[in-house]
Amino acid sequence: MSFDNAYEALADAADDSRWAFGTGFADPLSGVDTAVPAGVDGADLSAYCLMLGDDALIMSHRLQEWCTRAPELEDEVALANIGLDLLGQARLLLARAGRTGGEELDEDRFAFFRLEHEFRNVRLAELERGDFAELSARLLVFASWRLALLHRLTTSRDPVLAAIAENGVKEVTYHRDYAARWVVRLGDGTEFSHGRMRAGLAAVWPYVAELFVPHEIELRMAGAGIGVNPADVRAEFDEVLGQVFAAATLAPPEVAPRAGVGGRTGRHGLHTEAMGFLLAELQSVARAHPGASW
Amino acid sequence: MSAARPGAGAARAVAETVRDPELPMLTLADLGVLRAVSEVDGRVVVSITPTYTGCPAMDAMRDDLVNALERAGYPEVEVRTVLRPAWSSDWISAEGRRKLAAAGIAPPGPAPRPVPGPIPLTLGVPERRVACPRCGAAETETTSEFGSTACKSLRRCRSCGEPFEHVKEI
Repeated sequence: MSFDNAYEALADAADDSRWAFGTGFADPLSGVDTAVPAGVDGADLSAYCLMLGDDALIMSHRLQEWCTRAPELEDEVALANIGLDLLGQARLLLARAGRTGGEELDEDRFAFFRLEHEFRNVRLAELERGDFAELSARLLVFASWRLALLHRLTTSRDPVLAAIAENGVKEVTYHRDYAARWVVRLGDGTEFSHGRMRAGLAAVWPYVAELFVPHEIELRMAGAGIGVNPADVRAEFDEVLGQVFAAATLAPPEVAPRAGVGGRTGRHGLHTEAMGFLLAELQSVARAHPGASW
Repeated sequence: MSAARPGAGAARAVAETVRDPELPMLTLADLGVLRAVSEVDGRVVVSITPTYTGCPAMDAMRDDLVNALERAGYPEVEVRTVLRPAWSSDWISAEGRRKLAAAGIAPPGPAPRPVPGPIPLTLGVPERRVACPRCGAAETETTSEFGSTACKSLRRCRSCGEPFEHVKEI
């Protein structure tokens, strides 16, 4: 079969032999029972899965930006792997969000065809790439928070969410250890590396408080035995970061939290300036060639 | 045509021959990814469990299972994902471990057991006893907990100096 241009070939999903260029991905929840548990509001469950899925999708995108930019090949491979794990979690969570009783929507619809204010990720995930110390700080904060959430979600009343969390816990345990070791290595390194690590931590710390402020949907889902109230994982988060800071000769930065708009932040769809640029890159090809698969 | 229909249970035998696209020395059965194969009136349902959630080989596994079964005379094949229980490296068979070692990839040790309470942080790189798959020496070290695929880490032998891959314990 011949095509007039490469984009036309890209859009031909029928030929599976060209999978090296990517084919249409199969449904990641194929054959999984996605019935909504009794007494649970499908719209709430969908929105809740989008919150957890968007955190993973947007953080994964930022990690992908490190490909060709990491200080060593091993770290490049590590960051790509962490990004891939999170992308896998995002795919399952967005797919789950699209099957909660109402109109069925696929993962791509959520990833590529929503507007900025419809994304519900925390702002920490979307921040610009920064340097490697800032990345280490951000990944430590993100993974410590997410691991505590996922660990609790393994007993969710939604069997799909519980299953996604069970795999996610194994993966994010590695992510947290990786980031923690770098924070210790840089923090407890030379005077120069210590200074850079401290600056990196100070850059992301204004976005920490937001992680533990529950959105009303999170509260309802926690009440229904489906989700987790993020305020409940603060003590565990502080305990883990305390261990890392002690080994890294660092202390929690004394910086004010970055305010939202009238108390509304990422979970409400109110993002930082970085988000628009990120989405432009993430979505432009899908929007220019709707229906194409890659 | 009907004479070519394979006997009962044959679908499982066919599915068990399909290889992992990233670790082609292993079949999906060796890897522990193949969970169940059922056969009703010539229609085959295969259940598989992903190793890591982001594993990009899942789509290739599905295609390979469908193609192998179609070639064996099963026109109707459905591949289902089973997410729970999550895959564990403990599910790699003894035969699979032997094949990995023969291919120069150190097989995983026992997966970490769940502990009550919060998941412990590991600040030092854990000292795992992994023998060098090339020279057999016991003294090897981790160079990276992440490797060329989601399921492997990178190690180096302190005796022969060769780098090698190791399937991670999860």
